Amino acid sequence: MNFVALKMLVSDRAKYFSLIFAIAFASFLLANQISIFIGIMARPSSQVQDVVDADIWVMDPQTLYDGEVYSLRDYDLYRVRSVPGVEWAVPLYKGLGRAKAPDGKFRTVILLGVNDATLVGAPRKMLLGSIYDLDRPDAAIIDNAGFQYFFPGEPLQVGKTLEMNERRVLIVGISDASAPFQSFPVLHTRYSQALGFVGRERNLLSFVLAKPAAGMTVAEVCRRIEAATGLKARSTAEFSWDAFLFYIRNTGIPVNFGITVMIALIVGTVIPGQTFYIFTVENLKQFGALKAIGVTNRRIVGMILLQAIVVGGTGYALGMGITAAFFARTVNYLPTRGIVFPWQVMAGIAVVVLFVVGLASLISIRRVLVLEPAVVFRG
Amino acid sequence: MATDGIAVFSRDVTKVFGRGETQVHALRGIDLKIRLGELTMLVGPSGSGKTTLLSVITGLLDATSGELVVLGQRPAELSQEELILFRRKNLGFVFQQYNLIPALTAVENVAVSLLAGGVKRRQAVARGEEFLEILGVAYRAHALPSELSGGEQQRVALARALIHEPRLIVGDEPTSALDGRTGHAVMELLRATAVRPDRAVIIVTHDARIFDFADQIAHMDDGRIVSLEENQKNGALTNVFATASAAS
Repeated sequence: MNFVALKMLVSDRAKYFSLIFAIAFASFLLANQISIFIGIMARPSSQVQDVVDADIWVMDPQTLYDGEVYSLRDYDLYRVRSVPGVEWAVPLYKGLGRAKAPDGKFRTVILLGVNDATLVGAPRKMLLGSIYDLDRPDAAIIDNAGFQYFFPGEPLQVGKTLEMNERRVLIVGISDASAPFQSFPVLHTRYSQALGFVGRERNLLSFVLAKPAAGMTVAEVCRRIEAATGLKARSTAEFSWDAFLFYIRNTGIPVNFGITVMIALIVGTVIPGQTFYIFTVENLKQFGALKAIGVTNRRIVGMILLQAIVVGGTGYALGMGITAAFFARTVNYLPTRGIVFPWQVMAGIAVVVLFVVGLASLISIRRVLVLEPAVVFRG
Repeated sequence: MATDGIAVFSRDVTKVFGRGETQVHALRGIDLKIRLGELTMLVGPSGSGKTTLLSVITGLLDATSGELVVLGQRPAELSQEELILFRRKNLGFVFQQYNLIPALTAVENVAVSLLAGGVKRRQAVARGEEFLEILGVAYRAHALPSELSGGEQQRVALARALIHEPRLIVGDEPTSALDGRTGHAVMELLRATAVRPDRAVIIVTHDARIFDFADQIAHMDDGRIVSLEENQKNGALTNVFATASAAS
């Protein structure tokens, strides 16, 4: 009877395609919005995530996330180094500065000062140049988006200069740093150099980056640092999560995206659900005839589920295809770089679509199951 | 019970819909015997209970009370699953509005009865073509129902009712949607193909033009059989039963 179910499904082309497009559109909307939401919400912690050498971030106890920093005292670095279980600890500066291009164009930039000796915290994904060139005087590495902003239309190249705090900044490398939330250019330089690029404050030690000794867990070392110094110590994952939660709690982003996702979910449930239900109701007489002829309820349920799976599967595949095409198109666009289509979202949408068509089928199936086959005798 | 030569036996069968003040007595004590090898018509005005009786006989509705035996089985004693299997094996339906599946071609519609019984699609379609040939509509085998005339649709529906060789064929107003000539042709075909010594045919109809095709006519009114006539070989109808219960 499967071919009967499929023929019943596709015979009304308009309804069939409206079902498929409703599911495709809802899948696309859900996948698109959730992926963008995840991509955007990953940005606040992008500078934390980009540091791959250290596992522990030590900071002022009241620090909420890496975007707002109250500097530590220089001797805090030595206090952390003295904690048993700490393999090594290095300073990291993170702050905002203003950079000016030779043509007068200026922007606020995120400035990261990495340890002079070890370059811990320097970008690992380089498009041009080497992190070891940071040893040169006035050297800095700028991210690709920042370079495009200051030198639009020019090919990536080192040797360009910017000005910060009336000091020359020599671009020695172009990095592929993860996009920050505020789309500011990201500059990496040596810790000692960073102090000259920004206005002098009494304390500039934003963070201490540390590594646990062999055999020690990150959690245990964090606990020891906090106990010994009174500072706050977080793992990279925890600190990234802090940034995520800060933006969730303190911005309208989750509400806005949440509303869109909810609308997509409602539209995605109601339209295909209703259309599928109407489709089944319009076929009630046929199902009644089949029941009268002797087709079992189980067989009819199977027919309806098959129709639902075909519609859901086709709509889902189409929706995912459109989403993939969308992100393939935008992934290389600088403002939307780093916003990708995670497989987890794809899998999650599959579950949602399964739920939607399952729900629609259940309502439809119920109508068919309670249908008196005697309905076939009513003209 | 002994059912030799009897397709349907009913004694004091009633059917009540609803409860309390909204209760409707659709059947009020039906006594009827339908013999194998005969075509029986249930006739009467709208609301007289014809279709309800047909639904009860075919197991689509349960009788409220009374004794009913169909092809040696008591539908009341069968489970839903058994009832479905019983219908699938023993009953063929011809509906007023044909109830063909619009998405399927004529031959696929005919094959549905076999497909429901688990016959492979290719075999079922081949058999369907044979039956369309018998009913004279093989040339329309691959047309959709919307492309068929009323007469052609009813022939296809008839082929669907016959293809699995059921022992009881039931028709609900099979000619009411057809013009007189086409209706007559369909009944001739039904009579010629469906009526066999081991099979009974029951037709519910308003259509007096086809009464001549009946071997037995049960006149119904207000849920009762008020008279039963048998068609003599010479075509004259003889009243063999008249119930006084109509007046009671």
